[in-house]
Amino acid sequence: MNSAQATPSSDKAQAGPMFESKTSDQAPSLDGTERMEVSMGPHHPSTHGVFRMDVELEGETVVKLKPVFGYLHRNHEKIAEGTSYLGSMPYTDRLDYFNSMTNNWAYALSVEKLAGIEVPERAEYIRVITAELSRLQNHVCLIGFLVQDMGALGTPLMYAFRERERILDLFESLTGARMMCNYMRFGGCRCDVTPAWLRQAHQVTEAFPRFLDEFEALLSENEVLLSRSQGVGALGQDLAIAAGVTGPMLRATGVNYDLRKADAYGIYNRFNFRVPLGSHGDVFDRYMIRILEMRESIAILRQAIRDIPDGDYVHPKAKLRGFKPPMGEAYGRIEAPKGELGFYLISDGSPKPYRFKVRPPSFINLTILEDMCLGQTVADAVIILGSVDIVLGEVDR
Amino acid sequence: MWFEDLLIQIKSVLVLNAPEGLRPILSAMLSATPILSAFGGLFAAVTLLERKMLGRIQNRYGPNRVGPFGIFQPVADGIKMLTKEDIVPKTADHSIHFLAPLLLLLTAMLGLSVIPYGEKLVAIRFEAGIVFFFAVGGAAELAVFMAGWASRNKYALLGSLRAIAQMVSYEIPLILSSVCVLMAAGTLSLDEVAKSQSGSMLSWYIMTPWGLMGCVLFLIATLAEVNRSPFDIPEAESELIAGHMTEYSGFKYAVFFLAEFVAMFAMCALTATLFLGGYHPPLPILAFIPGPFWLFAKLMVLVLLFIWIRGTMPRLRADQLMEFAWKFMLPMAVINLISTGCWIALGRGSLGWGLSALINLAAYGALSRWLSSRPNQQKRTYRFAEGPMHAA
Repeated sequence: MNSAQATPSSDKAQAGPMFESKTSDQAPSLDGTERMEVSMGPHHPSTHGVFRMDVELEGETVVKLKPVFGYLHRNHEKIAEGTSYLGSMPYTDRLDYFNSMTNNWAYALSVEKLAGIEVPERAEYIRVITAELSRLQNHVCLIGFLVQDMGALGTPLMYAFRERERILDLFESLTGARMMCNYMRFGGCRCDVTPAWLRQAHQVTEAFPRFLDEFEALLSENEVLLSRSQGVGALGQDLAIAAGVTGPMLRATGVNYDLRKADAYGIYNRFNFRVPLGSHGDVFDRYMIRILEMRESIAILRQAIRDIPDGDYVHPKAKLRGFKPPMGEAYGRIEAPKGELGFYLISDGSPKPYRFKVRPPSFINLTILEDMCLGQTVADAVIILGSVDIVLGEVDR
Repeated sequence: MWFEDLLIQIKSVLVLNAPEGLRPILSAMLSATPILSAFGGLFAAVTLLERKMLGRIQNRYGPNRVGPFGIFQPVADGIKMLTKEDIVPKTADHSIHFLAPLLLLLTAMLGLSVIPYGEKLVAIRFEAGIVFFFAVGGAAELAVFMAGWASRNKYALLGSLRAIAQMVSYEIPLILSSVCVLMAAGTLSLDEVAKSQSGSMLSWYIMTPWGLMGCVLFLIATLAEVNRSPFDIPEAESELIAGHMTEYSGFKYAVFFLAEFVAMFAMCALTATLFLGGYHPPLPILAFIPGPFWLFAKLMVLVLLFIWIRGTMPRLRADQLMEFAWKFMLPMAVINLISTGCWIALGRGSLGWGLSALINLAAYGALSRWLSSRPNQQKRTYRFAEGPMHAA
């Protein structure tokens, strides 16, 4: 920037840092121009919530990027240490507010590990069905938002929302809430599914592949989408593993790691499904992996809805009131739609957890944002962020 | 013809009854007012139409609250825009910040003055009409940059820098693809260009191979010129918030909006005049319907096409946009000129038609092959995991 345009220092407080740049660690480049610092967010259309990227630009190229988060911090872990085990269940809904079902499950799983509670077979099936429905709506919305970030004016997003609505209707009729379901309990679920609900879930599942075919016909071969996403934001396997990246983002780099197979938690070993793997680790691979994962989720759903047995939806001896797990610690983790979601709990034998720690997938996947964005343009940085799939409620906690 | 004669009669009665000194200015105003009010009304209608159509494309209703089917929505929008607070950033250059939207609107509206709306309905019968059109259109870049620079906002600056690069690049294929029509018509006057396409649909220039190619190139360049999707990079919402308009609010923002739409109408009217027979009806029997109707009908078809594209396509990246302009649009437009030359040299008959088609097809094939041979354009296949998991 022209130095004559620099804001007088007295105006800084009101005007903010406009055209002057930090002089500490950067020399002007050869042609006498300086880098431009843009603070994208926290109020910005593409940051998916209150998230900020401090971007340093050389022309349009990103040379430095600092993700700034914490705007939505609400002390989730500390609140959980001050309340009963069951009292934290509704709070987990608010972590990744797109997928309250999987959040509930991860928390319930770690408490069950801690207290050694059995889960009846029917409850396990219900958990798989709700979790896979959750995954479907998460992935389809993510793709809608991603294409919106590419500038598609919301058309794919609206189509995705139409499908998501069918799944949210299912959640609403089952739990009474569309997004904050608060559905899982230690040792099972809060209420039973009815045959009518299962029929409806079956219909939604059977209708979904048709929509997915239509969605893919519109998007997957689109020349603009291909040229915008292929080769953009590539992430290497080594870096992804070293940074602890999980979920579709890791599988897009080609690493074969899916907790549903690796841990086979719940009853996932009973279902026949495949784990799609990418090979480039770029935005397009992340997009395709999610499309392919949705097709596998549909396969799981078909099997689960077909095979669900009769029985208890919650363990008859599971205690809700006065629940006190024995002293000890436990880490329960599941393959949430965004990656590995884990809860680490330490119990001192009292009704409240001594330590309550969340391992949020979108927070950890976000930490390598700069590595993916360096050398790309601003427009790319926006879609790379979109392809990471973050929910700020989970990042900031 | 009766419609045009009627308008001319009204105007001559009004002008001849006015005092001698007022006649030139009254005459100019009587030419300008109908054009500006027609396009102003069209702006209001198209904003509603665009929102309705985008709504339908996106599986929703669009505005339907204000009046029956939401037809008073533009009025409500106007009132909202007028009553909003006009915020100017503290560090902005106030006078330039104020002038930029006005200049943009002026450049957009000046272009309307040389469009022939009927055989006798041209505001300015200008020998070099198309040159004037592109010259005033070129000044729009200045207005956009004024807006971006004066706002003292980084998004606005980035947006206006993008806009300059994009508009300058696309003006070249835009002008080159219109030159083929000027060659065939042998004139720079838009009036004469429209006259040379009289008769049925078959005598429109789009019915020739070079005309079709020219029209497609012209429309693509138009999309970039008026910053419409998929070339809305200067105001890319997900990246730059609103580009050069970020720091504008209230009625200044509405003026920007109006200027953009008027520029789009002007470009569509030019496309219709150059390639789609202008005010001529598609069949000679339909000549009883006045010329302006046909011009506006063709213009609306093009506008609807633009809205459709906007509802469908993701946005390109700035460098890809440039690449497309210089590697595809420009060579294709130049080859199209050669093909037009062949058509003219071979007597405008079927032989010239065939040769022209051959040249264009060969050029298109070669160019697209060259452009798509980049490594990242290959179709990808995906595998499914086999064997053991990666160690946790």
